[in-house]
Order: sequence, then C-alpha cells, then structure tokens
Amino acid sequence: MTEESFEPKIVGFLCNWCSYAGADLAGTSRTKYKPNVRVIRVMCSGRVDPLFVLKAFEKGADGVLIAGCHPGDCHYMSGNYKTRRRMELMRRMLEQFGINPERLRLEWVSAAEGARFAHVVNDMTEKIRELGPSPINGGATDE
Amino acid sequence: MGVAVYICHCGVNIAKTVDVKKVVEEIEKMPEVTICRDYQYMCSDPGQELVKKDINKYQPSSVVIAACSPRMHYPTFQGTLKEAKMNPYCLEMANIREQCSWVHEDKERATEKAISLVKSAVAKAALLEPLIENEVPVTPAALVIGGGIAGIQSALDIAEAGYKVYLVEREPSIGGHMAQFDKTFPTLDCAACILTPKMVDVARHPNIELRAYSEVEDISGYIGNFKVKIRKKPRYVSEEHCVACGDCATECRLADRIPNEFDHNLSKRSAIYVPFPQAVPLKYTIDPDRCLMITRGKCGKSPKCVDACSANAIDFEQKEEVEEVEVGTIVVATGYSEFDPAQKPELHFNDLGNVLTGLQFERIFAPNGPTSGELVINGKVPKKIAFASCTGSRDKRVGNPYCSRVCCMYIAKQAHLVKEHIPDADVSVYYCDVRAFGKGYEEFYERVQKEGVHYRRGLISEVYEEDGRVHVRGEDSLMAEPFDEGVDLLVLGTGIIPNADSNEMGQLLHISNSSDGFYLEAHPKLRPVDTVTDGIFLAGCAQGPKDIPDTVAQAGAAAAHVIDVLSKGKITIEPYNAVVDTDLCGGCRICESLCPFDAHHFNEEKGVMEINDTLCKGCGVCGAACPAGAISLNHFRDTQIFAQIGAVLND
Ligand SMILES: Cc1cc2nc3c(=O)[nH]c(=O)nc-3n(C[C@H](O)[C@H](O)[C@H](O)COP(=O)(O)OP(=O)(O)OC[C@H]3O[C@@H](n4cnc5c(N)ncnc54)[C@H](O)[C@@H]3O)c2cc1C
Ligand code: SF4
Ligand code: SF4
Ligand code: FES
Repeated sequence: MTEESFEPKIVGFLCNWCSYAGADLAGTSRTKYKPNVRVIRVMCSGRVDPLFVLKAFEKGADGVLIAGCHPGDCHYMSGNYKTRRRMELMRRMLEQFGINPERLRLEWVSAAEGARFAHVVNDMTEKIRELGPSPINGGATDE
Repeated sequence: MGVAVYICHCGVNIAKTVDVKKVVEEIEKMPEVTICRDYQYMCSDPGQELVKKDINKYQPSSVVIAACSPRMHYPTFQGTLKEAKMNPYCLEMANIREQCSWVHEDKERATEKAISLVKSAVAKAALLEPLIENEVPVTPAALVIGGGIAGIQSALDIAEAGYKVYLVEREPSIGGHMAQFDKTFPTLDCAACILTPKMVDVARHPNIELRAYSEVEDISGYIGNFKVKIRKKPRYVSEEHCVACGDCATECRLADRIPNEFDHNLSKRSAIYVPFPQAVPLKYTIDPDRCLMITRGKCGKSPKCVDACSANAIDFEQKEEVEEVEVGTIVVATGYSEFDPAQKPELHFNDLGNVLTGLQFERIFAPNGPTSGELVINGKVPKKIAFASCTGSRDKRVGNPYCSRVCCMYIAKQAHLVKEHIPDADVSVYYCDVRAFGKGYEEFYERVQKEGVHYRRGLISEVYEEDGRVHVRGEDSLMAEPFDEGVDLLVLGTGIIPNADSNEMGQLLHISNSSDGFYLEAHPKLRPVDTVTDGIFLAGCAQGPKDIPDTVAQAGAAAAHVIDVLSKGKITIEPYNAVVDTDLCGGCRICESLCPFDAHHFNEEKGVMEINDTLCKGCGVCGAACPAGAISLNHFRDTQIFAQIGAVLND
C-alpha cells in the first residue's frame, strides 16, 4: 500500500452533549474536513469502555478518537475526568498488543467548537496516515 | 420484523454530496433490512406518513432514519413511531447531513461514509429494545436567578400564569442595570417610570417569593425536580422592622465615606445603605466589609445606627440563612458586567479624572445620581465632550471579539442628553462603525447627528493629560488625517462582558458557556432561550449582549417555556439508564464511587449493586468501569456499540 492511497479508518466516540454537538456545528457552519472518521455517539466520553477501543482496533481501525466536553464542562459533571484517567490504562493496553498508543487520541471539543472538531479530524487523519496502517491491518509493526 | 430504513435527500442538502440511490442499493443488501426507501424530505408530513404506512404494513422491529443530526430530529421521528403505535426507542438515526454531506466535498467518499454510517445505525437498530420512559411529576414552581429587567419580566410572567416563583437577586435590591439609567434609547423613555412599577409588582405579587441579597449555593436534580439551596446573606437589619427612614445612614460614623457602587464610585455612602431610593425591597443593609462593628467589633462607644434607629431594626447577631426550595424549572437572568477600561492602559482610565465609563455617565444624568441629574464633572460644566466607541468590544487584544450591541446606541443617547443639557456643547463621537440595527435606531442616530453631534470615524489610540485637559489622539480614517483634541470630558463606550462568576455559575447549573463567556443557548436560531440542560432557560444579557427590548422579549419567551413545562404537570425522562445484571455483579463496589449522581446503592443482603432509575442520568461511566461487565446502559449497550464498531469497519 503506498502512502498516497492509504486512507486511515478512524472510529470516533463522541459524547452527545459537547463533542457530538461540536461536530454538528462544523456541519451547520459547512466547515470541510476529511471523511476518515466514523462517529459513534455515546452519552458521555466516560461511557467509552476500554473494551470498545480494543474492539475497534481488533476490527481493523487505524485510529480511535475519543472526544468529550472540556474539563469542568461534562454534562454529567465528571465523566470526562474519568475518561482522562482511563487513557493511561488504555495506552498501556494498546502497547501490550503492539499498537502504537498514538493511534488513540482523547480530545476536548465543546458544542461551540465546530472548527476545532474539523481541525482535530484533519490533524488526526494526517498523523495516522504517517503512522501507516495498523499492524492488525497488515501494516508494519508499530514501534 | 427487521429494520425499516429511510434515507433522506434533505432537498439537495444531502443529495448533492451523497449518492442517495447508491446508499439505498447498499443498505438493501443487508440481511437485517426489511425495507429501504429514500425520500426528498423525511421530516415533512408525507415523509413521516411514509414511515407510518410501512410500520403498519411491515411491522419492523426498529426504524433507521438517515438524515440530519439526531440532536435535531430524533424527537420528531420518535413522534412518528409513537403515532404508528411503535415504541419510540426502537429508532436510530444516521447523521448523514451535519456530519457527512455538509462537511465533505468528494461525492464518492461522502457516499462511502454515508453508507458506513447507515450500516452502523442498522447494526445498532437490529439490537434495540423497546424502552419505557420514566414519568416523574413536576414541581409547580420556578427559580429565577437575577433580578434585572430580564428576571423581573420572567418572574412576573410566570407568576401571572399562576405558578410560584423564587426570584433570587444577589444585590440588596432588584432592578439590575436598568435601574441606573435616566433615559433609554431610542425612545428616551424614562427608565425609572417603566421599571419601578414592575419592581413594585414583583414585591407585591402573591406568587413571587423575592429573595434579595441572596445567592444560589447549590442546585441538584433535573427538569421537573430541581432542589435549590439559597443562601440569604445577613443584612444585619431586620427586614420586618426596618421602615427605611434612613436615620441610621445619616448618623453612621462612616457617612459619606464609602464609595457608592450603585453610582459607580462617583458618590459616597454610609456603611448602612440602600442602593437607591426606589430599591425593592426598600430595606437598609449593613456593608459587612466596611461597618466598624463588623470589621473591628467596635463602633465608638455604641453603634450610631443602633442609637438612631427608632424601629430597633439593627441586629448584629443576624446570621446567614440557607433555605432549600424545590422547583421544576430555572431561568438564568444574571445579566452582565461592564468592561473595565483599566485593561486598556493607553486610556489612562484610573489616572485621569475626566474619563468616565458608559455606566458612570448614565449615573450623571440620573436624578437620583451623584450630581442629582446635573451635567457637572468635578464641579465644572464640561463644554467639550468626546465619546470613544467600542471600548473593550470588537477588540481581540482584550479577548472580546464580539460587538456589545448597545454601546453605539447608548452613546447616541448620551450625546443627545448632553446636547439637551448644554445646547452649545461641542460633542464628538469617535467610532469605527455605527451599528444602529434596531427598530427606530437608525432614525435616532440621524436625529442625534442633526442635533449637532459630530461623528468622526477613527478610534482613539491614546489618551493623555495636558494643561488640565484630557487629550484624545488617533487617526480620522475618513479624512486620513491625525487628530489630537483637548476635551473637558471623555466618555468611554464601555462594552458588556460576562459576569466574573459566569463559568462557576455555568458549572453549578450544568449549562455551558460559549467562547465569549456568556451562557450558551441550545441552538443559536431555533432554541435561543433553552440551554443544553432540560428545564433551564436563559433570559437577557446572561445569554449575550442585548438591549432592553430584546431582553424583555427573551424573558417572556423563557417564561413561556417555563409555563409550558410546569403546566404539563409531569415530564418523561429518557430511559437511557444503567441496569445491573445481578447475576454478573460480583459486589466489588467499584462503580459506586464513580457515579456523579449517587445513584448506586449497595444491597448488603444480596451482596449486589442496585441503581436508582430516577437518579441515574445514563452517563455510562459505571458501565465502562465494571470489571464484571454487569452494568449495561439502555440504548447504549455494549453489544449495540460493538455492532456499530463492526459495521463502520466493514466487518
Ligand atoms: C451604559 C449602558 C447604557 C445602556 N442603555 C440602554 C438603553 O438606553 N436602552 C436599552 O434598551 N438598553 C440599554 N443598555 C443595555 C441594558 O443595560 C441591558 O439590555 C439590560 O440591563 C439587560 O438586563 P438583564 O436583566 O439581562 O441584566 P442586568 O441588568 O445586568 O441584571 C442582572 C441582575 O442579576 C443579578 N445577578 C447577577 N449574578 C447573579 C447571581 N449569581 N445570583 C443572583 N443574582 C445575580 C445582578 O445583580 C442584576 O441585578 C445599556 C447598557 C449600558 C452598559
Ligand atoms: S462495578 Fe460491577 S461488579 Fe462491581 S459492584 Fe458495580 S455492578 Fe457490581
Ligand atoms: S450511568 Fe452514570 S448516572 Fe447512571 S448509575 Fe452509572 S454512573 Fe450513575
Ligand atoms: S458529557 Fe461530554 S464528556 Fe461527559
């Protein structure tokens, strides 16, 4: 697979209240971004079970994005803090599976940050493109 | 059986970028799908009819609508399902507009993404289960936070509809900023004449419980059932006994020694005071930061106010009181603060005597103000006056990129009032654009120009003092020439900023702030007074800068929403809650401490966790943490999400 033709597959878990609304705002503002992220809506970023992330990589995702409300803004007060704490664990898990933890990203996107959502998607798509396909998809082993 | 799928064109909104026919072709192939159709506008009447007919004919177990965001139309299509006697939670939407056709340009890749999103929705829909909504009764009362014109209007409207209102105002009196004005643009209505009767109505209304000099300390619960803690600060004056004669203030040892914040420090008051003579409630208050008895424990031989008060109303033993009330809805009407020009050092606001802010100048014209309404500055009648528009607005350097929406007009009003007081005064307005957008505004702006007020295009870049005069310097961008004028008075068109505690309050209320710091409405066009938290509404400048007409309109709209909720008597709560499988639960109690709403209760007897349906908000934090996989989240079950993951990755 050449660099050019590799289109990363990214699964995005977005919390309903901020990040999903932020992604909607990118739409209403007609802000263009790369079509590589497939969004799965959850009520809160805190809902994202580490197993979801593993499952996504197992099924062939090249990257996983978790996006939630900014610290302090979680609709359920503290869900995003729990997600943040869980990130370390998830990164270590991925390393054990030989998956570069950089393929997993946590971002805060508020309901007012449509442009930021677009930026995060574009940036992440390019970073994952640089990393190449996930080892599970037959890419070279991540260091 | 199976899933019925509908792909919306949304006119050309979706169809222009997504090949709808191709999506239908691909989706039809899915074994779960019973029927797949496309239609111009799914949300229209014929669109919804189509779904209803199919439901009757095919009896699908669930429905997928691929259209706009579920945040927009999920409730609409739930209604469609309900009308067809189907459980409204057997519905999934694929967002192929906001998150696909509107954000991508390459038709092929957008179509590919749309197919993937619809597949994901179908995969989830096939596993959806009927859910029963929880119904909870609504407490027939409202809380209004902030007693400016917005809060006053909302409170009166709600009270008139027959519901109880707790109106919480943190200052000693209601009235807000409007109480500080003499006239209002563009009609030059006397502010007091239109405001004070409403303030009195608030005090008199049998359905309004006024809590002045109070603050909201804590809010818990949800729409229909909020619990609110209100902290009433001690006035150290018995409201019951005080007759507002004012003898205490005259006698106070600190009389005329304390800067009066109501006059923006242009006058002095006593340590015991009412902010203004028309205050509601008209009760004296002791300033705890200044009063000698409170700060030093001693005021001469005996406190002069106590000696002066023939009603025996002074009570230094008074303590703050915390009261808990229950309400069904909340209106946030906390208003705004004024931009502090000290943030722009080039204006030398604090070092020069003859520079005033917009609100200070309002006080100069007020009959109850520091000069009793006479236009006198530091003992002199100014003859040459300059106004500087956009002070702290449309100014990225101070972090306020937005327009404050009232300064152009209040400058026009104040310039007019100057001309009225001193017809031969030389009045110039330094502006960069004049925004006279409201009804009657452009006409008023023209009138003021005809009255001889000079408008000069060019912002003031520097202010300095020379020969006892304030000099303003800058460049006239129309004449392309620099200006440097000595004036007797410079008035800054200070902008509107969010209150310092707006983030803190936002967190307390679980509502969001937009990037400018004001509270964020649920939708900028269609839901301008709702917040993301059901049951909490916005009114007035708390939501963003606006003039009094817009404030009052929004306050009325917020009240209508409140009345709508309260009049229903009950509300349904989305049944997205967490459920414990007691066979799987090992009783580790990890979930318990994670829940932000204390919804977990450990059943010691059975050794398993239980979750309270009404307290659980369905965030899913506990479900993600349970090591035994014992907790599932209705409508967001692990299996449903796994199915979505599989579908988007073409598995
Ligand atoms: C210099 C100037 C001149 C103006 N002139 C005009 C004019 O001529 N015509 C016009 O249409 N508009 C004018 N405006 C705009 C006008 O002031 C606003 O439209 C109006 O005051 C908004 O009302 P409000 O109730 O939203 O806010 P506010 O008037 O700010 O009232 C908010 C109230 O909430 C209280 N509060 C705040 N936080 C809390 C809390 N946490 N708990 C409890 N209470 C709280 C405050 O003490 C205050 O009483 C002017 C503005 C300025 C700056
Ligand atoms: S975390 Fe899971 S196993 Fe542990 S108590 Fe809670 S529900 Fe039971
Ligand atoms: S889903 Fe969230 S709110 Fe509900 S019980 Fe679990 S942690 Fe508490
Ligand atoms: S609701 Fe957005 S992170 Fe919790």
